[in-house]
Amino acid sequence: MISVRSLSKRHGTRMVLENVTAEVAKGETIAIVGPSGGGKSTLLRCLNYLESFDGGEIEVAGITLRPGMGSREASTLRQLRTRVGMVFQQFNLFPHLSVLDNITLAPRVVRAKPSADAVRHARELLDRVGLGDRGASFPHELSGGQQQRVAIARALAQEPAVMLFDEPTSALDPEMRDEVMGVVKDLATGGMTMLVVTHEMQFATDIATRVWVIEGGTIAEDGPPAQVVDAPRTAVAREYFGRMKRRRV
Amino acid sequence: MPHRPRTFVAAALVACATVGLAALLSCRSEPPGGTLARLQQRGEITWGADIQGGEPFLWEDPADPSKIVGFEVDIMDALARRLGVKQRFKQYNWSNLVPSLERGDFDIAMNGLEATAERAERILLSRPYFVYAETLAIKKGARYRTLADLAGKRVATLNQTYAHDLLRDAAVEIVLYEGNEEPYLDLENGRVDAVLLDNVIADRYGCNRATVTCLPGDVARGTYVIGIRKNDPELKLAIDAALDAMVADGELERILTKARLWDARQTEPPPPLPALSATRPRSFDGNQVRLFLSATVVTLGLSLGAFLLAVPIGLLLAVARVYGGPLASGAARVYIELFRGTPVLLQLYVIYYGLAPYYAFGPVEAAILGLGLNYGAYEAEVYRGALSAIPRGQSEAARALGLSPWQSLRDVLVPQALRIALPPMTNDFVSLLKDSSLVSAITVIELTKRMTIAGAELRGWLVPGLACAVLYLALSFPLSELARRLERRLSRDQRPLTL
Ligand SMILES: Nc1ncnc2c1ncn2[C@@H]1O[C@H](COP(=O)(O)OP(=O)(O)OP(=O)(O)O)[C@@H](O)[C@H]1O
Ligand SMILES: [Mg+2]
Repeated sequence: MISVRSLSKRHGTRMVLENVTAEVAKGETIAIVGPSGGGKSTLLRCLNYLESFDGGEIEVAGITLRPGMGSREASTLRQLRTRVGMVFQQFNLFPHLSVLDNITLAPRVVRAKPSADAVRHARELLDRVGLGDRGASFPHELSGGQQQRVAIARALAQEPAVMLFDEPTSALDPEMRDEVMGVVKDLATGGMTMLVVTHEMQFATDIATRVWVIEGGTIAEDGPPAQVVDAPRTAVAREYFGRMKRRRV
Repeated sequence: MPHRPRTFVAAALVACATVGLAALLSCRSEPPGGTLARLQQRGEITWGADIQGGEPFLWEDPADPSKIVGFEVDIMDALARRLGVKQRFKQYNWSNLVPSLERGDFDIAMNGLEATAERAERILLSRPYFVYAETLAIKKGARYRTLADLAGKRVATLNQTYAHDLLRDAAVEIVLYEGNEEPYLDLENGRVDAVLLDNVIADRYGCNRATVTCLPGDVARGTYVIGIRKNDPELKLAIDAALDAMVADGELERILTKARLWDARQTEPPPPLPALSATRPRSFDGNQVRLFLSATVVTLGLSLGAFLLAVPIGLLLAVARVYGGPLASGAARVYIELFRGTPVLLQLYVIYYGLAPYYAFGPVEAAILGLGLNYGAYEAEVYRGALSAIPRGQSEAARALGLSPWQSLRDVLVPQALRIALPPMTNDFVSLLKDSSLVSAITVIELTKRMTIAGAELRGWLVPGLACAVLYLALSFPLSELARRLERRLSRDQRPLTL
């Protein structure tokens, strides 16, 4: 489903991603962890081309991405983004639109989906994230956890093949994290291909099929949670998980 | 909601009080008489005139701009010499010469002041120093021969002139200008059918144009006189005596000949003082109310039209500034600096007169275009600020959902920007309502111009000024109220902005 080959990216002279190569099969759930500034967000943003890169190649859901794609490849990029959904740390709901309009906007505008169909689908998705009765609300009337669930429904409305989550619970109070992670778990068990940047260790150990430790612009470790979390081989991973476990206590 | 009308009434009362106070201040007691004795003691006579009147009356000497020259300066020199004093020129706006004279800002007013019955009621008029003829200018080849032929046609003249009175009595559509050159420009551009002005102006600014011809035969004759305060009869006598002497010893003829103004009319018996115009309004009656209301409609229509133009222009410029490449953003900046950095009046002139050889806009079209282009530059900066205030995550989320740049502008960014921009936009519209008064320079009669006309005709500013203030408030107050409600309703869906 996803294939990253020798991906590299720099900001100015600093290498942010260095020769990253990885494969993700359909239905896998990858938990991405690692110290701050390691390049986790950057990798995710390259996957749906929110950011361009300097070298290598990415193949996502049948679309090939190369450095320097621009307005000439606009329709390819648009197609890419309907196949790859993204959920941000800060939700980024559209404040001037109701919950229902937030969810139906992209299907109607980008895929010219008839309004009635879009609304029907949006209501199903709202039910799925446990907000079936909040379609008419505006984002500011919702708690952070509810907003993030709407953001997930909004991304799902494009019927993507891949979902990217960049620290979906980091801006939330602990009480609200579970309701959001619950939705993410449901998606994982439902067979969605997902990459989730997270500091939630429980998610990494219990739900993820694989864990990537990203540090210094490379994937330092890549393997099933039992191996990477419980018996890390690299010093970076050992240190990172050690810190995480201490924090949980 | 009974408090709303009351706030409105209160606002109107404040306006009345302001206008009333201004009127009272301008009517303070007249200076005492005996000016002749005092100015001989002072050794100086001051005279009010407007240098904008230009050739041949008075203008800055091109060789020495600190000096003014002109046949009226020559006459004043001679007059002062005969009174045994020096003359000193004081610059005043022509349309304010009479009120300023009454207020005592200078001793006499002398600047192509026509002898009319209205003026004679208000101030003392000297004996004439010049006899002029109202001259009708038409386009070459046109078949009009008299004023009567022009019934229903557009005829240009200047406000507060004898020609204006003559036109009021003829059944023509009067188009009022503020400069000597512009009526003839518009005659050439085909925006008016004829121009009626005195022969001094017509000879200098009109008759010599390639496509213009001045009809032979005087439509009417009149005289230029010197204006003196009502309570200065002895000064009037002295000035009359001096002028008589200048006629007798040929000095006046020499001055007028030097200015190429001497003609046979000067030696014929002077025309009688024209009677009070029958159609001139006497009081603020139903007809005036109608005129004011239709001027209000003009002001509102102009402002709405201009704003409807300014908003899309502003949005376009702002988007080019914020999201455009160096070329688009640079071009937008040039536009904004150009239109913000130069006076609207100049822009109106360029559009109305400057572009006339290529495309002759109607006055209202030119007004809407000029104000719209100008306000577009201001709106652009408002929207630029608003767009920059939208958190980055919004456009990223739109992009991540597959929206094209245009779609994310239309559905995500611009709606949010307009919400942020609503208060400054309301502000701009209210200021546009008032700036729209500038378009009287290109002959549109809107509310402020209607007030100045009525003020001059009724010889009182209080009632027209009040009417004008109340009508402007009646336009702007409901508007800001509407904007306030809209804002309150829209702020519903605004959460604290986060990044
Ligand atoms: N626009 C930019 N200009 C310069 N450097 C940047 C820019 N964006 C990111 N970086 C750098 O790239 C590196 C990787 O950033 P990235 O956001 O991908 O890290 P991350 O692993 O997601 O960190 P965190 O856990 O804090 O979110 C960092 O060193 C960051 O400083
Ligand atoms: Mg990050």
